[in-house]
Amino acid sequence: MSRFNKQRNILDFTLSSLLRRRTKNSALVIVYTLIVFSLASVLFFTQAIKKEACIVLKNSPEIIVQRIVAGRHDLLPADYIDTIRAITGVQSAKGRLWGYYFEPAAGANYTLMVSEEPGVEVGRIVIGQGVSRTIHANRADIVPFRRYDGSYTSFEVSDILSSESELVSSDLVLISESDFREMMGIRGEYVTDAAVYAKNKRELFMIADKIKRILPDTRPITKDEILRTYEAIFDWRGGILLVILSGAVIAFVILAWDKASGLSSDERREIGILKGIGWETSDVIAMKFWEGAVISLSSFSLGIILAYIHVFFASSALFEPALKGWSVLYPEFRLVPHMDPLQIATLFFLTVVPYTVSTIVPSWRAATIDPDTVMRL
Amino acid sequence: MFARKSNVFLLFMAVNIFLLALVFGHASYGEKNALPYLRGKAQMVKRIGLSDLCLFTDARYARHPSMADLNTPFQDHPMSLEHFPSGTIITPPPHLRSK
Repeated sequence: MSRFNKQRNILDFTLSSLLRRRTKNSALVIVYTLIVFSLASVLFFTQAIKKEACIVLKNSPEIIVQRIVAGRHDLLPADYIDTIRAITGVQSAKGRLWGYYFEPAAGANYTLMVSEEPGVEVGRIVIGQGVSRTIHANRADIVPFRRYDGSYTSFEVSDILSSESELVSSDLVLISESDFREMMGIRGEYVTDAAVYAKNKRELFMIADKIKRILPDTRPITKDEILRTYEAIFDWRGGILLVILSGAVIAFVILAWDKASGLSSDERREIGILKGIGWETSDVIAMKFWEGAVISLSSFSLGIILAYIHVFFASSALFEPALKGWSVLYPEFRLVPHMDPLQIATLFFLTVVPYTVSTIVPSWRAATIDPDTVMRL
Repeated sequence: MFARKSNVFLLFMAVNIFLLALVFGHASYGEKNALPYLRGKAQMVKRIGLSDLCLFTDARYARHPSMADLNTPFQDHPMSLEHFPSGTIITPPPHLRSK
C-alpha cells in the first residue's frame, strides 16, 4: 500500500471517528471558527483603516501648530503666524479656522471648517454625507445653526460631499470665514491653529523644534506624528481590542488545554482497540494528527473567509455598536480590502499549529502504553 | 467519488483554499481599483487641510486623535473620568506617549 493511500485510509477512519462524536466536534468547530473569525475581523478592520489613513493623510498639513493654555487647546493669535513665517525653512504658514458644533435637535456633533471649496460662500455651506443623513438635508435646503450668543442663523446647503469621501468628511460642515467667525464669535485676530509647510521636507523636525522654542506656549504636530497616530490607533492595548483578543486567546487556550490535558475514556479505549488489532504507534499519531488538522484547518479557513465578508462586504456590522459609541452621527464607510499574507501566516501559526500539536501529545502518551492497560483504564 | 469520506473532505478543503485565494485576489484587485478614489480623498485632505479620519464623532479627542493631548479626556472638570466608548477603543497618539 502506498504511503498516500495509507494516509487516505487513516483520514477516512479519522473522519468516521469524528462523525461518531458529531455533536461535540461540531461545537468545537463552531467555537474555533468564531475565535478565528473575531481575531481575523479585528486584524482586517484595523489593517484596512491603517492602510487607508496612510494613503489619505499623507497630504495633511506638514506641521500643525496649536496654542495650549492651562492644558487646553486655545485660539492662536494671528501674529504667531507671522512669527512662524519668519523662521528659516518655512515655505508658508496659514491659519486654520475650525471647531465643533453640537446640534441639539439631532444630538449630533459636527466639525465646522472654514474652506474655499467650490460652493462655500457667505450664507452657503457644503456638508458631509453624515450631516446630510442626520438632519435629512439635501441641496438647496436651509439649515439653521445656533450662534455663540444664542440667536439663530441659517445657511443654504449648496453641495453635499461625496459618499466615497465619508471616512474623512462625514461630519464636516464647510463654511466661509466670515460666517464662521460671526457664528462662533471669534475675532479676526485669532485662528484655531496654523498649518505650516516647509521648503525642505527633511527639515520639518527642526522647524517644529524652532517653533516650540520661539513660541513656548505652542505645540507643533508634524505630519509624521499624524501618520504614526493612525499606525498605532488600534493598538492591542486599546480597551475593547484587549477584551476581544484576551477573550479569544483564553477561549483558545481552554480548547487546546482540554485536548492537551488528556483523552476521554472513549478515545483511550479506541486507541487501545486500534493498537490491539495491529495499528502501530505512528498510525495512531497520524490519526490524531489528521483529527487536529481536519478541525483546525476547516475552522481556520472558514473563520478567515467569514471575517473577510464581515469586514469588507458587511461594513464590519458586528463592530458597529462598539464603534458608534455615543455618536449620533456615524460615518458609513466601506473599507478598501487589504490582506497581508504575513498576518494570515501569523494567525495560522498561532491557532492551527498549537491546536494540532496539542491533539498529538496525549495520543502519543496513550499510544505508547500497553493496549490492554489502556482498554482497562 | 463521494463514497469515500476523505474525498469529501479533500474537496471541501480544495473549495476553501480556492475561496481563500479568491479573497487574496479580491483584496489585491480592490486595492488597485480603489487607488484613484483614494487619491481623490487625499486631494480633498490637502485642499481642506484635514488632519484626521472621521471614525468617531462623540468625543473631540476621538474625532481628531492626532490633535489630542493626554489631559483632553479629563479636562471637562477636575474629577471627570473617561466615559466615551470610543476612548476605550483608540490609544493616545505615540507622540504624546514618547514626550
